[in-house]
Amino acid sequence: MTHHVLDMPVDEAAVRALKVGDTVTLRQTLFGIRDATLIHMFDRGREARLDLQGHAVIHTAPNVRRVEKSEAAPVGYEPFCIGTTTSMRMERFTRKLMEREGVRLIIGKGGMGPDTLAAFRDIGGAYLAIVGGAAALETTWIEQIEDVDMDDLHPESLWRFKIRDFGPLLVGMDSHGGSLYANVRDDVASRRDAVLASIGAGE
Amino acid sequence: MHLDMNEVEAICSDLYVRALKILPPDIKAGFKALVGSETGDTAKAVLGTMVENIAVAERTNNILCQDTGIPIYNVTIGRGVDFDGAELKEAIRRGCARSTKENSLRSSVVHPITRKNEQTSCGVRVPIIHVDFDEREDTVAIEMIPKGSGSENGSFLQMLLPSDGINAAKRFVIDRVIELGGRVCPPTIVGVGLGGTSDLCMHLAKMAATRPLRSVCSDPEGAKIEAELSRAVNELGIGPQGLGGRSTSFAVHVEIAATHITQNPVAVNIQCHSARRATATITPGGIAFS
Repeated sequence: MTHHVLDMPVDEAAVRALKVGDTVTLRQTLFGIRDATLIHMFDRGREARLDLQGHAVIHTAPNVRRVEKSEAAPVGYEPFCIGTTTSMRMERFTRKLMEREGVRLIIGKGGMGPDTLAAFRDIGGAYLAIVGGAAALETTWIEQIEDVDMDDLHPESLWRFKIRDFGPLLVGMDSHGGSLYANVRDDVASRRDAVLASIGAGE
Repeated sequence: MHLDMNEVEAICSDLYVRALKILPPDIKAGFKALVGSETGDTAKAVLGTMVENIAVAERTNNILCQDTGIPIYNVTIGRGVDFDGAELKEAIRRGCARSTKENSLRSSVVHPITRKNEQTSCGVRVPIIHVDFDEREDTVAIEMIPKGSGSENGSFLQMLLPSDGINAAKRFVIDRVIELGGRVCPPTIVGVGLGGTSDLCMHLAKMAATRPLRSVCSDPEGAKIEAELSRAVNELGIGPQGLGGRSTSFAVHVEIAATHITQNPVAVNIQCHSARRATATITPGGIAFS
């Protein structure tokens, strides 16, 4: 298991070097994206103004404070509490996000499914697990809200965050077919019958 | 005791942000117990991050989780309380919207068809308000629960048949927990409703999921099942965040209601590890928060 420090954006070789079980710390830039953002981009054909090529997106909709625009708050937003939502709801958008926008890394919680794993293998990408519900801690890794797009969808806008040592994150799915979530799922499936039998609820 | 609605509004505003910032002591104790019994390295690290987050939230005066949830207010009114019910509901609503604005909370509430967000944490029939009554003299208790949605999406109802028996209900619970895996932000509290009608059964599951840890189902048969299921879910190996380990749930809680001779309903509602709630108790002597 290796620890990787990635200065964003990255190329295909950098994400193909990531293996399930490795840890990653990101630097520079991170984008926030979520259900409504993806629905508008891919179901309704809306073009994003921000360039996601080679970047990482985190499944989030942040709590932010509206402030006067300044050097520290270029778009008039200050981070308050930024965390992570459940990724699986957004499973059907991964391939499009990678093909059309060039996204390389997805950060979220709970893992994603077989379509995402196939897209990572075909195009070169990885899923980085962050601890869901640990938003107060996560917020300390965010320096600034640099830009925001599609803010009519607020808080489900497309956000660009300036980050400092964002991580460590755990590589949960890689471009070589590896998925910690699939491993756990298989293990749980193999235990199910014994667990049910232990409470008299076997089939 | 006369219930002052300006006071109720202020309390309901305060309760929302308190619930979001301070994890109840029973949940903190629950984390301690899980950390003590966990054996997996990844699981230990994940639990460690969650415990660290609780401390960071308190130190930085931040909210624990980004998900401000669906706001739920459970009001219990004792004897001898003079109040206007319609005004009470309005005051709760104003308090919820005020907290959202004054504390820069993310409004997580949208219209179900247009998906429009009013940015107030309010909408049609939201905040959810439940009013109940008890025998305490001159006492009003307001419990606020910001119900996180990663876990709320882990909700199920099955109208089983009487001939399926209670074992089918237990199997249903275990299979839903397996199906949800890490999506519901484990370690969780698994809330199980047994009996009632379809709507009551779902409500029982929510009551169970939001009940304090170490509390026990008041029905002895229900208590037996919750003890059994609490042991069983932590043998599944799902672990914190679904990354493997023993700590899948703090507990399984069961609430029951009588049901029809033709019915055998079971419902599941999940509470995530950020199992937030705050209560204000109003008496003539003042207001106590817990």
